[in-house]
Amino acid sequence: MNSPSYTLTHERLLEFLRTSISAGKRVHAPHRVGAKTFFRPTEDVGAIVFDYIQTAESPKSLLFPKAELLISYKQTANDVTMTDHLQKEIPEMILFGSRPCDAAALSRFVEFFADGHTDAMILKRRKALTIISMSCAKSDADCFCTSCGSSPGDTTGSDLLLTPIKDGRYLVEVVTEKGESLVSDNKALFEKAPSAVKDSYLARVEAVFTPEDITKKLTTAFNDPIWNDASLRCIGCGACAYVCPTCSCFTIEDEGTAHAGDRLRCWDSCAFALFTVHTSGHNPRPTQTERWRQRVMHKFAYLPETNHFLGCVGCGRCSRACPADMNLKEQMISIVERVPVIA
Amino acid sequence: MENTYKPYLMRIEKAMDEAPGVKTFRLVFANEDDRARFSFKTGQFGEYSVFGEGESTFCIASSPTRDGYIECTFREAGRVTTALSRKEEGDTIGFRGPYGNIFPIDTWAGKNLLFVAGGIALPPLRSVIWNALDLRDKFKNLTVLYGARSVADLVYKNELDEWGRRSDMKLVTTVDPGGESPDWKGSIGFVPGVLEKMAPSPDNTIAIVCGPPVMIKYTFPVLEKFGFTPDQIFTTLENRMKCGVGKCGRCTVGPVYVCKDGPVFTYRELQSLPPEY
Repeated sequence: MNSPSYTLTHERLLEFLRTSISAGKRVHAPHRVGAKTFFRPTEDVGAIVFDYIQTAESPKSLLFPKAELLISYKQTANDVTMTDHLQKEIPEMILFGSRPCDAAALSRFVEFFADGHTDAMILKRRKALTIISMSCAKSDADCFCTSCGSSPGDTTGSDLLLTPIKDGRYLVEVVTEKGESLVSDNKALFEKAPSAVKDSYLARVEAVFTPEDITKKLTTAFNDPIWNDASLRCIGCGACAYVCPTCSCFTIEDEGTAHAGDRLRCWDSCAFALFTVHTSGHNPRPTQTERWRQRVMHKFAYLPETNHFLGCVGCGRCSRACPADMNLKEQMISIVERVPVIA
Repeated sequence: MENTYKPYLMRIEKAMDEAPGVKTFRLVFANEDDRARFSFKTGQFGEYSVFGEGESTFCIASSPTRDGYIECTFREAGRVTTALSRKEEGDTIGFRGPYGNIFPIDTWAGKNLLFVAGGIALPPLRSVIWNALDLRDKFKNLTVLYGARSVADLVYKNELDEWGRRSDMKLVTTVDPGGESPDWKGSIGFVPGVLEKMAPSPDNTIAIVCGPPVMIKYTFPVLEKFGFTPDQIFTTLENRMKCGVGKCGRCTVGPVYVCKDGPVFTYRELQSLPPEY
């Protein structure tokens, strides 16, 4: 598969989404909230936003909620009973309007949780999710997908990829069997199309480094003074991790009383001092310098070593969200320029 | 589908006071099926939980040769360990595990074992020590050097008495200067200094070291001075953990997860890692 094979008009796309919603599927699509765009469950397809570069938050919460129940418990003097939330039904959902970098990120995210000790919760949610992405016709200065193994028309991780072409139509690429069955279930809406070249409709995002280059440079950069300079502005707020489509660190916390309550998994961030501090007070990453280095090294050096992919797709959200105006793309460029490679 | 985060229910069969603020619990499975399918090896750890307070990470301090129960030893320090220390015999707590790699004790057959432990870091080595004592014929000389801040802070006092009396092992105990009591018969001094006086031979010997970071820092050079190679020295790391299975991200040291790639490392392995532990 993986070749452009259908076209779809804008009206029919909306009709398809409307039909899915009335069939009981939850459709998460970009909506305008204030000045920004967020994925929200769709009630009215007319509210879906098409004119956006990137949503403020990534769609990863559909696989990995900000806080999710692991178990609930009830405790009496001589008995404990537990509810296992993994056994809950996951409703079928559609993610519509994710960018190709998001879909690529979710595929790396799922791969990480499938590797080694499998996370059944996250795989179950991916199974219930259909991803219909939208290629990028526009980009901004913070985008650097082409430096991180993705691109404005990347099909990786999507079930269907739509590329806006002329006359209010979309080119539809079927990427997976799930995407294929979606098309065959709605045959009347899709028109067969001769394979077309989509490149001319895509944003141009200039590559500023290669994944191999940055990983190689970082292997000798652990003690480089760059981490001190780069982290001086970091206030340790964790916004970068919360908007990131690949950040997967979490904490496990109890909420409740001795009699009844829940054990939850919640997002966490390596930017926080409390993330690594030992009970004794000793902290293996005592200052923001080590924490920022960990964030960059984990994404650009450690994950390529352990999982063979970058933990970054260049979506640029962290740079847009940072209240201290730190810019990941600029920092990566300065690492490539400054750090020598010792062969 | 198995929920990784659903703990086993464990009943506290025995609660023992070890030192001020330090307790040992002997835990048995509340559910017979859980007991039947559970097994672990020396060096592994688990997540112990008090419902409503959360989970806390400690090693399994008992030996896998002792069937039917596990033991953990912990100091009352944070929210979970404080709640845990208020639990009594007969109470139920949660346990997930076993997690992590192991001390490769099978490959140490025919060798001398030298254990060096400080303070509350004896529990992980206690599992290996009892494992070796229960299979005593497999190993040559067994030596244990254990130090604590004061006599009161020594854990497993009854077992130290027993080890001291045994003729098939050698026990050296030490307390920091000022930590001795009038009737103290052991050494006085810090662990690395006492080890230096013992002048351990590296011949056919494995050294297993666990203690606070400062003790480890000064103990490795002593062992190297006597000719131990970094492959002959084993330790077990303790970083803050949550999931125990290599996902939550906080115990990482470079590309390595202490929870799944460790907690047992050789000194050689540590030398290739950044000092983030």
